[in-house]
Amino acid sequence: MTLLAVERIKLFSTRSPWWCALVALATTVGFTALIVGNANEQFPATVATTQFGYFFGLAVVMVLAALAVTTEYRFGTIRTTFQAIPNRTAALVAKTVVVALLALVIGEIVAFASWGLSVLLQPDFDLALNSTADWINVAGVGPIYALAAVMAVAVGILVRHSAGAISLLLIYTLAVEDLVSLIPNIGDDIYKWMPFNVANKFLTGDGASNAGRAADAGAPLSTSPLSPGWALAYFAGTAVVLLAVAIATAKRRDA
Amino acid sequence: MITLLAVERIKLATTQAAWWCTAIAVVASLGFAALFVGFAGDDFALTVGSSQAGATFGRTVLLVLGVLVVTTEYHWGTARTTFQAVPSRAPVLLAKATVVGILAAVVGLAVGFGSLGLAMLLEPGAELALDGAADWRAVAGQGPVYLLTAVLGVGIGLLLRNTALGLAVALVWTQLVEGLVVLIPTIGDDIYVWLPFFAASQFVGSDVGSPALGLGELPLGPLGYGAYFAGICLLLLAAGVWTAVRRDA
Amino acid sequence: MIEAHGLTKRYGDTLAVDGLSFDVTPGRVTGFLGPNGAGKSTTMRMILGLDRPTSGDVRIKGEHYRRLHHPLRTVGALLDAAWRHPGRSARNHLRWIARSNEIPQPRVDEMLALVGLTSVANKKAGGFSLGMLQRLGIASALLGDPEVLLFDEPVNGLDPEGIHWIRRLMHTLAEEGRTVFVSSHLLSEMAQTAQDLVVIGRGRLIYQGTTDEFIDRATKQTVRVRSPQLDAVREALRGYGATFEEEDGAILVSGMDSNEVGELVFAAGATLHELSPQRGSLEQAFMQLTGEAVEYHAGQGA
Repeated sequence: MTLLAVERIKLFSTRSPWWCALVALATTVGFTALIVGNANEQFPATVATTQFGYFFGLAVVMVLAALAVTTEYRFGTIRTTFQAIPNRTAALVAKTVVVALLALVIGEIVAFASWGLSVLLQPDFDLALNSTADWINVAGVGPIYALAAVMAVAVGILVRHSAGAISLLLIYTLAVEDLVSLIPNIGDDIYKWMPFNVANKFLTGDGASNAGRAADAGAPLSTSPLSPGWALAYFAGTAVVLLAVAIATAKRRDA
Repeated sequence: MITLLAVERIKLATTQAAWWCTAIAVVASLGFAALFVGFAGDDFALTVGSSQAGATFGRTVLLVLGVLVVTTEYHWGTARTTFQAVPSRAPVLLAKATVVGILAAVVGLAVGFGSLGLAMLLEPGAELALDGAADWRAVAGQGPVYLLTAVLGVGIGLLLRNTALGLAVALVWTQLVEGLVVLIPTIGDDIYVWLPFFAASQFVGSDVGSPALGLGELPLGPLGYGAYFAGICLLLLAAGVWTAVRRDA
Repeated sequence: MIEAHGLTKRYGDTLAVDGLSFDVTPGRVTGFLGPNGAGKSTTMRMILGLDRPTSGDVRIKGEHYRRLHHPLRTVGALLDAAWRHPGRSARNHLRWIARSNEIPQPRVDEMLALVGLTSVANKKAGGFSLGMLQRLGIASALLGDPEVLLFDEPVNGLDPEGIHWIRRLMHTLAEEGRTVFVSSHLLSEMAQTAQDLVVIGRGRLIYQGTTDEFIDRATKQTVRVRSPQLDAVREALRGYGATFEEEDGAILVSGMDSNEVGELVFAAGATLHELSPQRGSLEQAFMQLTGEAVEYHAGQGA
């Protein structure tokens, strides 16, 4: 508990978490407003539509999580941390937990704010959360943000350099997976198993939350063969493995 | 100006960022192009345009470099040393954009012709001769596109001055916003056709990677889009330089 | 050589520099003294054209810094030794600076030798100790053989040998007829380095003149008196209207010199065991002076 308190104090004694939360909220909700606000008969608003902007918040959360680690390396406070808590695994896990919890909260706020705004903007469309798929599509954003933050912390520990970690994370999440899917013949088979595509499976499943909207008028559905539950487990597993590799590296390395 | 170009050349060449970015841009772009061509098989008609499948990747890396060369100077304080040496600021910032731009252009040409060469090696039977302006634009056009992208990065860096913020904005914009805009009903398509990197893609004529959309009649031709993209990049650079000259260093 | 007139810099609500006017003359080392946060670095950045004054102006040889052609040949400055890219070698750091003002490249190696960094010239500056960084900063300041030199807290974090080296260097530079303007928050340091002083507190000028005069004026003169008949001495001092305080069985009289105190005690018929003029410490005096500036501001409700 002490370690969690330490990391919580470290994180919240700077202004960056507040700024990140605000930016995540503003960009995601703003984009949702654009999409939902322009909805019409041809492109109806659905529960899934209210979450089309979730990648904005995701990108912000991952930057925040990576910075939480890399700034410690840059300013040398990581040495102070390891001095105070020689058990590096405990120190880094505590940090990861705190960052992940923050990401979870940001995710839930962003998701429900996007959904709430959509309900206000389009009272005529059926945006009620009346199935498991609907609930997962909205409330599931938090866990995905949290796990993505874990991955970002892991990358931050491995790369130790703000510019490198941010570039790697954003280019990977926002571009590489899609590029891979373009490789002829084998691309689709690899893409099926790429983490953020799988995460998308957890959120949108087979498109139940997007019912009534033409498939080609929305974000493409995930091609993952997993069920939503297994998709979440797979995404979580990827995050945990990455974190384990990162912590093992940090333990072996000079601080 | 020759002096200042030499200054910025020394600065760029004596840190690792430029070498890393160059290496990553070339290797990753060509690597992806190789994967693309290698797995294309017989049912896929390889063209000059589709040989450039990996080029957007290197372009993004050069955007990162453009941001970094500025924000790291602010971070480490060498921006102040620079402004002490050249107090009018604008010439030295333009020199920096020029030097980074030239490097980017060289990388772009290397990626463009490298990708094409690779495709010829892997698929000797394919129709890959450079016939006409469109083919030349697809390959040699990577040079100016990379150049302008790096210049755009310099502009963003000058406006934001912070590495994390600059990279996040540059990457979210290029990798996320442009892809998501099409999801906006009705007006999404109208906005999309005016987005900078869509314009850049239209200039080189590479349709790989952009979603297959019924966009209808585009408002500009390839050359028009090229000029439009150049205009946006130069405008951002100008805004960046203007702010840097006025602001306290 | 450096002339500031009504120099003012405001950041939002805080007034970092407030109507500062002073002159710095060539051929002497001029200390720029003030507690941390007094506005020294801000002033130096304005002298170098890095920050724009909110009002007022500062000129070097009658010109604004931004108008100087190849300014590094006129003004050399060490503001912050940490201003270098950690991945660049010492030599390359100086190379680009030299190139920017068309300073011949051989000068780079001369300067590296002068500051004693030749052996690490090709090492990355990221691994340098603070002392090495200060030397690198001084090398870059001297690169253009400038007539005017600005150093911001140059001895911060240096070992005694390094401090001694910098002091000697600044004297040599001044003796060559250059203008040397060096900031510090330590009066004791300035007392050994600077002939002239510009003293500021809370962004305002407190004193400009020679260091000796400042020290004379600043240090409180007291006379220490010990006597077996302290009561009689107290009585006499009170009768005279003198101010004094007591400390370890002795009396410290302020505002009178030892002659006056001696005569007064003699007239009171007391035996003297000690009559010694005392000088307050420099730092105490300095804190008092700048402290007054602080109070002055607080009193104004600024």
